[in-house]
Amino acid sequence: MATNKKTIAAGVLDWVDARFPLTSTIKGHLTEYYAPKNFNFWYFFGSLALLVLVLQIVTGIFLTMNYKPDAELAFASVEYIMRDVFGGNIIRYMHSTGASMFFVVVYLHMFRGIIYGSYRTPRELIWLFGVGIFLVLMGEAFFGYLLPWGQMSYWGAQVIVNLFSTVPFIGPDLSEWLRGDYLVSDATLNRFFAFHVIALPLVLLGLVAVHIVALHEVGSNNPDGVEIKATKDKATGIPLDGIPFHPYYSVKDLVGVVAFLMVFFAIVFFMPEMGGYFLEANNFVPADPLKTPAHIAPVWYFTPYYSILRAVPPIGISQFPGVVAMGLSVVAFAFLPWLDKSPVKSIRYRGKLYKRWLAAFVVSFVILGYLGTVPGDIWGQFGSWLGRADRATVLARICSVVYFAFFALMPWYTKKDQTKPVPERVTY
Amino acid sequence: MMKKMFLQAFASLTLLVSGVALANEVHIDVKAPISMSDKASLQRGAKNFVNYCLNCHSANYMRYNRLQDIGLTDKQIKENLLFAGEKVGETMRVSMNPKDAKKWFGAAPPDLSVEVRARGADWVYAYLRSFYKDDTRPTGWNNQVFDKVAMPHVLYELQGVQVLDHETHTLKLERAGKLSPQEYDQFVGDLTNFLAFMAEPAKQSRLWIGVVVLLFLSVLFVLVKKIKTEYWKDIR
Repeated sequence: MATNKKTIAAGVLDWVDARFPLTSTIKGHLTEYYAPKNFNFWYFFGSLALLVLVLQIVTGIFLTMNYKPDAELAFASVEYIMRDVFGGNIIRYMHSTGASMFFVVVYLHMFRGIIYGSYRTPRELIWLFGVGIFLVLMGEAFFGYLLPWGQMSYWGAQVIVNLFSTVPFIGPDLSEWLRGDYLVSDATLNRFFAFHVIALPLVLLGLVAVHIVALHEVGSNNPDGVEIKATKDKATGIPLDGIPFHPYYSVKDLVGVVAFLMVFFAIVFFMPEMGGYFLEANNFVPADPLKTPAHIAPVWYFTPYYSILRAVPPIGISQFPGVVAMGLSVVAFAFLPWLDKSPVKSIRYRGKLYKRWLAAFVVSFVILGYLGTVPGDIWGQFGSWLGRADRATVLARICSVVYFAFFALMPWYTKKDQTKPVPERVTY
Repeated sequence: MMKKMFLQAFASLTLLVSGVALANEVHIDVKAPISMSDKASLQRGAKNFVNYCLNCHSANYMRYNRLQDIGLTDKQIKENLLFAGEKVGETMRVSMNPKDAKKWFGAAPPDLSVEVRARGADWVYAYLRSFYKDDTRPTGWNNQVFDKVAMPHVLYELQGVQVLDHETHTLKLERAGKLSPQEYDQFVGDLTNFLAFMAEPAKQSRLWIGVVVLLFLSVLFVLVKKIKTEYWKDIR
């Protein structure tokens, strides 16, 4: 009887395989995709990003069932979800927490790529697709943030769309075209809703697919930056330091998934506002086009770039230089594969010079992130010897310079850096 | 007018970018007595809210029958808190037209459903205790926490009349009200407690669901960790 059943199952599988590459896809991407055996803590965040993406899509679908993209109804419909929809508060908090955790996970994933040189040959395209994912994710978060239609939603969108109006000549028309009105209004809400729930998610899914296909084509990097395909078993052709993704990394990632979910749900259930960083207090006031809040700050994941925007002094009355600098600060990541001239990939075999620059970059990024959440005059002004400049602004300027120098000077300091010899096989 | 608002918004951006944004935040040094387990306080707060606030301030997202969560039955809600033929399934609306309200007060009274989430419970508690007599204001009242507030001191019969000592910046009770200062603080404390409940009625249930979810995940973590160790034991 048992053998009979197996034959039927095998028959069905053969039938499918003759028409669709099911077995070969599972082999190529899971059971016979060989990943280096020395992945460490940092390698959890790729699969976690995928998990958060799925969470956001599923919770998003349930939210759209009750959300109303209408300036008159949006705020009330969110409160309706929070109060009257069964489980609505949990779904909404999962979605709002998911937005922030998406950036936490993606930032850590990017940092992993930077410290282990995962963007280096032959993985430049994986990195570029990744930068694309990051940009689309920022757009997705920005469009989504307008939807609750609170004061911060409204004025945050107003400020960001107005950035485009600083473009010389076509700026004002450009931002009007983006808004679909002279100010952020119902028309803006409707189109942002369309972008948020269908346009960008489609692009995001496509980019994630090519990101993974490209990764599985060239194989994963690892904390040693050693190419495991260089040392293969002569008989089988399998990398000696490689282990099948499934079951080894599927069960290992499962541990990461459960640990992540513990952090995630601790936030969802016990501190969904995260002290105003994930859900801002002012966003519980309905949007009012006639009342500008005293202090407008973007959500934490945008604040490093926002700080750079504020730090760059205007030319005349034009804020355009700041806007350009902000754009560059995000796009700069795309150039890493060609800026890094080091003979080694991993931070394990790099010298002090590189490590110092990296540390300076991380510190600047964090300081800029903090400064972006507070008003520019928070620490008062310097004396007349520095033209009474805001202390916080001066610090933001120094950090912005370090931020860009990390990229601009990379060809120089990575070449000059005293690297250590790289082993032939991974260390485990 | 649209163009003007657009320019205003752009001006606000320019201000921000040059870091001149002014924050008019007031330092709050009192702690509101918030306790979601104190059902008696929440019920008193609900009564205070319906009697004193709900004539001008709506709570459009709050349904009357949600008060079951603070231990009231539909019958109790109907008998004690519904005065104008509303049904228990309805939300706490007011009949005052916002346009009229704006004409009368200079600003329409805001909906209070999520006020505590926007301002914080401590702010609300401090605000309700900080009205003082100010003849320069059209209503005759001003507030230490919210300068030039449009709302008159609705509770002055209870609290009495406070005046501001301009030198020490402290408030002094000039004429006592129906309640002693301690009784008034409790009245306002109950009211704030209720407003905090109303801002997120499902908060209590999410806290205990969270405990269950985390317990489940902790058990799951131990299991997946064991599976992982089992699979990985032969990798060297």
